[in-house]
Amino acid sequence: MDATHLPEVTAAGVIIKAVLILAVIAAIAGFGTYIERKILAFMQRRYGPQHVGPYGLLQLAADGIKLFTKEDIIPQHANKIIFAVAPVITAATAFIALAAVPVFPDFTIPFIDVYVPSIASDINVGILFVLGMMAAGLYGPLLAGMAQANKWGIIGSARTAIQFLSYEVVTGLSILAPIMMVGSLSFVDFNDYQADGTWLVVYQPVAFILFLIAGFAETNRTPFDLLEHEAEIISGYVTEYSGMRWGLFFIGEYANMITIGVIASVVFLGGYNDFWIFPGWLMIIGKIAFSFFFMLWVRAAWPHVRPDQLMWLCWKVLMPLAVINVVITGIVIMLVQ
Amino acid sequence: MGLEQFKNRNVGTQNYKTLDLDHTPVTGMGQFKQVVSRTFKPELFVGLWVTFREMINALFRGKMHTTQYPFEKLPISPRYRAIHDMLRLLESGHYRCIGCGLCEKICISNCISMDTKYDENQRKEVSEYTINFGRCIFCGYCAEVCPELAIVHGSRYETASEQRASFSLFEDMLTPIDQLNLQQEYQGFGAISPNADENIKKTPLAY
Repeated sequence: MDATHLPEVTAAGVIIKAVLILAVIAAIAGFGTYIERKILAFMQRRYGPQHVGPYGLLQLAADGIKLFTKEDIIPQHANKIIFAVAPVITAATAFIALAAVPVFPDFTIPFIDVYVPSIASDINVGILFVLGMMAAGLYGPLLAGMAQANKWGIIGSARTAIQFLSYEVVTGLSILAPIMMVGSLSFVDFNDYQADGTWLVVYQPVAFILFLIAGFAETNRTPFDLLEHEAEIISGYVTEYSGMRWGLFFIGEYANMITIGVIASVVFLGGYNDFWIFPGWLMIIGKIAFSFFFMLWVRAAWPHVRPDQLMWLCWKVLMPLAVINVVITGIVIMLVQ
Repeated sequence: MGLEQFKNRNVGTQNYKTLDLDHTPVTGMGQFKQVVSRTFKPELFVGLWVTFREMINALFRGKMHTTQYPFEKLPISPRYRAIHDMLRLLESGHYRCIGCGLCEKICISNCISMDTKYDENQRKEVSEYTINFGRCIFCGYCAEVCPELAIVHGSRYETASEQRASFSLFEDMLTPIDQLNLQQEYQGFGAISPNADENIKKTPLAY
């Protein structure tokens, strides 16, 4: 990057980017529900939504109208303030987390010649910030479950607490080994580290798998969707929610799925570097799309685990593996230097 | 074959095979081995493959399971007892009903009412024939007793309507004269569905 092309971080640019991220990710998160219903349907040899618009593409609009116009019910004995704020926590933290993840390579807008670094803010603790924000998002289910004066909600929030305590250790320790190799917490540095075409997953396969498993727990996806598992606890923490407040939880969940996809792509799968004849932006879109598809695929294929199995898995299997991985990585780095 | 094996009520002593399941490991080493073997078994990936294969089947090999009901319908069995049809003679196009009144007589819910008179040729003519579908229990006795195969059960099973009189008049049940060539003859009790061959499949035991 030569001196004439230094990123111009202006207030207007950051605001434009923030609005763009919010709009695009919110739209994709909503669209994700359509994709999920379609993919799950195909895997069960069904059609999925197909009557609203061509191929059911406007199902999203129909669902949106339904969610927005539904009566907003707050249960009688609920703690009204916390009940109202909890969905916002989930959605807001999911979008705040996206502020520090880079999605595309830096580019120059043609004709007006403005250089755009395509990350809202390249802070030097990027990974910690993103993981912290996604972890803070779990306060949404936790508070929602406790505020709604419903036993299913209480069970849901109790499960939130154990899930949160279990997977967060694994996420942190599994991503520690790549951080040790790169020597930075910035996502841009991670991307540049893999610019020679060797993806970090080649060096850190164990960390990648651990991170993926923890990512499923972080986004409440199926093998670990304990918080709102319908067959057991009605809807868990969203039992009493309806309308747009309910929708906010799910926008947050889908935004988190995208964030996990971006992190996995940038940290382990070569980020937005060019690959063979494919440009970087195409590569990262492909990787994020595959990771999104993989989450749906897993949901179609695998049963979910019990809370005690989740704790057993995280504390007795994944955490020791992550620690061993960190130790071995440290020894190898020490020997190589 | 004697009845002894059916009279033996001691469940579990006859014809049952016990599965040879693995026992839960008790020692630490045994548990560790179980974890390792389960971890590296490709069972999870078999699950992924099965769902992916079914998606390929559905999308590219035309094995989609859904019948898009209001637009496409499965053929119903000839034994199905839906709204009645009054059939016509194929040669003359005249309705088959001879006004014998057996259906009215046998109807156990008293829902058929008919009136007959002699026409100018001294033949019996059905002057009035209605079935009260609010009372009809679709037992099928009327179709069974009819000597002329005039009243049969048709294939109209979508009976939601603004008023039940839409079905119950003689003219509504009678085959339209311009569709006489499409009139379906009653297949008889015990007839199989027209798509019976397609419905035969192997028991899905192995994946």
